[in-house]
Amino acid sequence: MERFAQLFTRLDQTTKINTKVDELAAYLKAADDDDRLWTVAILSSRRPKRTVNTTLLRQWAAELAGIPLWLFEESYHVVGDLSEAIALTLPKPSGKNEQSLSYWIEYIKALDKLEEAEKKSRVVAAWQQMDYTERLVFNKLIMGGFRIGVSQKLMVRALSKCTGIDENTLAHRLMGDWTPDRTTFEDLILTKDPLEDVSKPYPFYLAYALEEGPEGLGAPEEWIAERKWDGIRGQLIVRKGELFVWSRGEELVTDKFPEFHPLAEQLPDGTVIDGEILPYKDGQPLSFNELQTRIGRKNVTKKILEKVPVVLVAYDLLEWEGEDLREQPLEHRRKLLEKLLGQATASHQLLLSELVPFSQWEELEEERRNARQYHSEGLMLKKRASVYRAGRRKGDWWKWKVDPLTIDAVMIYAQRGHGRRANLYTDFTFAVWDEDALVPFTKAYSGLTDKEFREITSWVHRNTLERFGPVRSVEPKHVFEIAFEGIRKSTRHKSGVALRFPRMLRWRKDKPVREANTLEDLHQMLEVYEG
Amino acid sequence: MALLEFTEKGIYCAAAGVYIDPWRPVDRALITHGHADHSRWGHKHYLFTRSAAPVIRHRLGNIRHDTVEYGEVTRINGVSFSFHPAGHIVGSAQIRVEHKGEVWVASGDYKVEDDGLSEAFEPVRCHTFITESTFGLPVYRWKQQKKVFTQINEWWKQNQADGKASIIGVYALGKAQRVLAGVDSSIGPIHTHGAIENTNEVMRRQGITLPKTTRITREVKAADLEGSLVLATPSATGSNWMKRFKKASVGIASGWMALRGTRRRRSADRGFVLSDHADWTGLNEAITATGAERVVVTHGYTNLFARYLREERGLDAWEAQTEYEGESLDKDDDSED
Ligand SMILES: [Zn+2]
Ligand SMILES: [Zn+2]
Repeated sequence: MERFAQLFTRLDQTTKINTKVDELAAYLKAADDDDRLWTVAILSSRRPKRTVNTTLLRQWAAELAGIPLWLFEESYHVVGDLSEAIALTLPKPSGKNEQSLSYWIEYIKALDKLEEAEKKSRVVAAWQQMDYTERLVFNKLIMGGFRIGVSQKLMVRALSKCTGIDENTLAHRLMGDWTPDRTTFEDLILTKDPLEDVSKPYPFYLAYALEEGPEGLGAPEEWIAERKWDGIRGQLIVRKGELFVWSRGEELVTDKFPEFHPLAEQLPDGTVIDGEILPYKDGQPLSFNELQTRIGRKNVTKKILEKVPVVLVAYDLLEWEGEDLREQPLEHRRKLLEKLLGQATASHQLLLSELVPFSQWEELEEERRNARQYHSEGLMLKKRASVYRAGRRKGDWWKWKVDPLTIDAVMIYAQRGHGRRANLYTDFTFAVWDEDALVPFTKAYSGLTDKEFREITSWVHRNTLERFGPVRSVEPKHVFEIAFEGIRKSTRHKSGVALRFPRMLRWRKDKPVREANTLEDLHQMLEVYEG
Repeated sequence: MALLEFTEKGIYCAAAGVYIDPWRPVDRALITHGHADHSRWGHKHYLFTRSAAPVIRHRLGNIRHDTVEYGEVTRINGVSFSFHPAGHIVGSAQIRVEHKGEVWVASGDYKVEDDGLSEAFEPVRCHTFITESTFGLPVYRWKQQKKVFTQINEWWKQNQADGKASIIGVYALGKAQRVLAGVDSSIGPIHTHGAIENTNEVMRRQGITLPKTTRITREVKAADLEGSLVLATPSATGSNWMKRFKKASVGIASGWMALRGTRRRRSADRGFVLSDHADWTGLNEAITATGAERVVVTHGYTNLFARYLREERGLDAWEAQTEYEGESLDKDDDSED
């Protein structure tokens, strides 16, 4: 554990990608196979099952530290990370441990069926022989959420460095439904032929956002444009008469989408399609929210299938007749895809992602502005000659998103923030005018500089009307421009609308409060943009 | 009427007609220490310790003032005032106020660990103690400074071996000199940002020994900086000023570095947990040592710390609204802490 904790500290101490890769590779090289496999598992979001609930962990930590639970909770609020809050609060350890990472993972797994008192004594015993970082790691192993700035891509690079196997092969081998309980480092990483497993998807190629216009990309004729849909990125695989659907989170979601099941027979063996799973009805996309609700349900009922049917908007063909096409140019892959979808046998659940025709970049600017009319989020630009790469790479694929929607709103409630900002008011509720009344419609907590947060905090202190716990109502005085990505009807909100990704674009100090937008403005936006 | 009250202008002693660390202009101000949120512009007359004077006068220029020695009693309208070491920065003081047998202590900012540079904190018995609570939560517990300086030295040596400069973001007044006094200056040359070197010069003139430092000017070449330790103001570490360094590692020394999230948001390579404020243990010990039954909690986690003192320690504690800023990570001249 000490070595893994050291790795954790070192990774945490640098922001440089290459240093992280080197540190991780060095660790993997020296670790035994069990620790290696678990490290790879943890860094690809495969953690052991949770065997202790967090409420108990908080109680035990507060008790051990000799502080009241409320003070622990407040401290946790400030730290923002429960594992860290516990590690910071616990008293000094009484001993040391020499055990490995895998030992502690097995220790955590073994807590599962125990009585609460027994769990407590084991967890406390573990804490008492660990230093700060070991406790932090141990807590994270129990609770999950191992975010230490090491993406899967980075982990794969390190693993490649340590094993000498190339990154794409490794990315492929690591996909799918494995856990360290059911495989070994040898089987999973070193020996297994990925083609043996018919369900294995290819790593997704992810686009970067285009921050400026496309002019810098070069000659327009070298590029194609498609609409960017707001669905779930998916990979559809038919091999040996079986269908598999993978989402970008590397989750096997075949069961969630019975609509696609007939494709197992309709598509030839050895076909892999990349596309967007989109809620779609009467020739139109539905809102992303509907899809999210559908996915959240345990059972896919007939009613849901009727209410929120899905299609796959196909934009790439990765495998055809059992052959990996990823090294072929996009143009070629797309031709095959068009041919496949043009066949009479193809199901109506598969739509071709249409090209947006253009010969000059300026024409696309217009298309991007109008993206919301098509219920899309903007445009995708892809180089005709591009191969299909693994992970997020710059250069060949770009997403060019539509500008956010904006509205000027009045701040009416303020709440304390987290972490270093726990003494600042950073979470605000905003309202728009409805006649003479202010109707709250959204919260936002990001987008201002620390200086602005300090300024508004000092104002909040002086202009509080009422306090409700950590929340204060304030005099309606300040107008903020709120940016958001989408708007939809909501029966849960008094305003009747809900926003996607709202944030503060700027503090409109120039704007009198009476000139903020109205509820009617919001409802008009709803009419134009809901989708 | 209480001996000290919190008014719109500052901490007011009505019996004497004077303010402690006022944030609005007043006639007579008693100042705990030289940080800008405690010693502000525009008062007609100032009183502070002799060792705080050079820095305060460097910042505020030509002001009307008197100085006192630690422990010396100044009587104003029958109220006795005396200054006692707060251990926060050079010259920092807690101000003891006594009137008709009642004793209050306004501590300004303080830390209990002796940093070897500031006059070491001395607990002062009182009935009412005004405490800060910048780090008044149990998650803030400092390591011994010796261990932190070992970390800084190791980091410096490693960077030196890699041909990098070690740039550390610190406040010009207080933290900069503490780091200078704490690091192993035999490792290599030390360079300073101009704002920090100005304060160093003021302190050297008052007889404080600091290791040799070189001010970074246009004449300093990139090659000179390789392998050296560089003390920079926090804002310089995010500005064009950094362009002069070919290869560098950036660290920040602050109590806030105890939290990983804070350090990540600052995107520093390294965070060193080093503060001139008392940690959770220090605050609690200091309060115990005063024997005070009443505690007024100012800047920091005021409401939480006051509630803890009330409910868990049985003290008559409450929070007071002030305009002190605590240890800030965002602004930087010498106005912090
Ligand atoms: Zn202060
Ligand atoms: Zn200070």
